[in-house]
Amino acid sequence: MIEMRGINKTYRVRRREAGLSNAVKSLFSREYTQIPALRDMTFTIPDGQIVGYIGPNGAGKSTTIKILSGILRPDSGECRVNGLVPWEDRKKHVARLGVVFGQRSQLWWDVPVIDSLELLRDIYRVPEEKYRENLARLTELLELTELLKTPARMLSLGQRMRCEIAAALLHSPEVLFLDEPTIGLDAVSKLKMREFILEQNRLCGTTVILTTHDMQDVDALCSRVLLIGKGRLLLDGSTAEIRAMAGENLSTEESVADLYRRFGI
Amino acid sequence: MKKYLSFFKMRLMAGLQYRTAALAGLSTQFVWGGMEILLYRALWSAHPERFPMGVEALAAYIWLQQAYLTFFALWHWDGEIMESVRTGAVAYELIRPTDLYGMWMARSLALRLSRGMLRSLPVILLGALIPAPWGLRLRVSPWAFGLFLLSTALMLLVVTSLTMLIYALCFFVTDHRGMFTVLTPVADLLGGGIVPLPFLPAGLRKIAELSPFGAMQNVPLRIFGGDIAGAEIARAMGLQAFWAAVLASAGYAVMRAGLRRTVIAGG
Repeated sequence: MIEMRGINKTYRVRRREAGLSNAVKSLFSREYTQIPALRDMTFTIPDGQIVGYIGPNGAGKSTTIKILSGILRPDSGECRVNGLVPWEDRKKHVARLGVVFGQRSQLWWDVPVIDSLELLRDIYRVPEEKYRENLARLTELLELTELLKTPARMLSLGQRMRCEIAAALLHSPEVLFLDEPTIGLDAVSKLKMREFILEQNRLCGTTVILTTHDMQDVDALCSRVLLIGKGRLLLDGSTAEIRAMAGENLSTEESVADLYRRFGI
Repeated sequence: MKKYLSFFKMRLMAGLQYRTAALAGLSTQFVWGGMEILLYRALWSAHPERFPMGVEALAAYIWLQQAYLTFFALWHWDGEIMESVRTGAVAYELIRPTDLYGMWMARSLALRLSRGMLRSLPVILLGALIPAPWGLRLRVSPWAFGLFLLSTALMLLVVTSLTMLIYALCFFVTDHRGMFTVLTPVADLLGGGIVPLPFLPAGLRKIAELSPFGAMQNVPLRIFGGDIAGAEIARAMGLQAFWAAVLASAGYAVMRAGLRRTVIAGG
C-alpha cells in the first residue's frame, strides 16, 4: 500500500540572463526562483496494482518517484509505503523496493553482468536459495543466459535493459518503480519488456508504478492512470475513462495530448 | 559487513581488468624511480656530508614509493564516484539498503589495493636487483618491519578518509576538479611525494610532519628504510591514528549534511 497525502516540494533554482556581464553579476548576487514541483499531491495505491504515472516533462513525475524512493525529502505532507516513511526509514524501506531508471544504469560497466548481480545479492542479503530461484526465473523469462557473462558495456540497449530489470527484481521487492523502462527500445524488446512486467505482477503480486511517455506502455500494462501536470494530480482513472473524457474515438495517445492541452499543461 | 566485503571484492575485480594500464604504470614507475635515483646520486656525490638521509634509507624510500604508488599517492581518486555525484547517477546508490560512506570507503580501499597489486611486485624485484647502496634492501629488524606494515594500514586509513571527505564535498560544488587541482600539489609536497620530508627546509618540514599529509606515505616509507626509529615511530604513528579519526569523522559529517541537501536533478 502506497499512500501520499498533501505532499509539497519546492525547488530553488538559480537563474540569470544570458551573457558574460550577467555571468559576472551572478558572482556577487544570485537570483533564485522558487519552482513548485509538487503541490498537495495525494493518492493511494493498493498492493498488486500496476499504475501508470503520466504527465508532460517537468510535471513532477520524477520528484514523486524520488520522494517515494526515500532519496528526496518533501517540504510537507505525509507519505507511507507499506507502513514506512521512505526518507526516515530509508534503509528498511529500500530493501523492499526495486527501481529501474531507464536513463541510468545500475550495472557495473566493465565487469560481466553476473558479477553485478552477485554484488546486489550481497547488498540486499538475498539468501542463496532464493537468489538461485530468482535468477533462474529471471534468466528464463528475460532470456539472459548469453548476457550474464558479458560485460555491461558490451550490451546493446535492449539487452542492457533486460539485465537492469533483472537487477531490480533479484531481491523480490514488493514495490517496483519503473522510470521510462522502454525508452529507446525496439518493437520486439518493448513487447517483451511489457510481457515480462505483466507476468511479474501476476506471479508475485508486485506493485508497479510506471512513469512513461509511451502511451502504448500505458495501454498494455496499466489498470489505472494518474495524470499529473505542474505538480498537481489532475486525473485518476482507467485508460478507458481517460479516452472517454477526451471523446471522439481518439487513441490513448491523442486523448492524453488533448487533455494536456485542455488542462493547459 | 558482508555487503561491504562484496563491494570491496567487486571493485577489486573491476580494477584487475585493466592489464594495459598496469603495464604502462609499471614501466613508468620503474623509469621514474631510476631517474630519481640518478638525480639523488648526483646530489649526493657533490655533498655527501650534507645529505639529510642515509643513502640506503633514501633508495628504499624511492623504490617502495614507486612500487606502491597507488597505495600511497593521494591523487588516486575513483573517478566514477565523483562522476556519479556530478551526473546524479548516485541516485542508484541511495536506493540501496546500505550506508553510502561504508560503501564508498570499501570501494576506495579496493581501488588502491587492486591497482597496487598488479604493479608492485615487478618494481620491487627490479629495485632489489639494483646494486647497493642504491637498490631496495630490507635492512631493519622484523619488529620494525611489523611496525612498517601497521603504519601502512594506518596510512591507507588516513588517505581514504581524506579522499572520502573530498568525495563528500563533491555534493556541495558543481564541479569537483578545482578541489583536486589545488589539493594534489599540496599533498605531494607536504606528504613527501616530491622529495622525502627530510629534504625540506626545517620550518616547512615541521609543518609537513604535523599535517595530515605527513601522516601518509612519509611514515611507513621512512620506517622501512630505518630513517626513523623508536620514539619517533611511536609519535608518527600516533599522529596517523589521530588524523585518521579526525578525517573520518569530518568526512562522515560532511556526507550526512551533503545528502540532506542533495537534489538529484532531471528524470
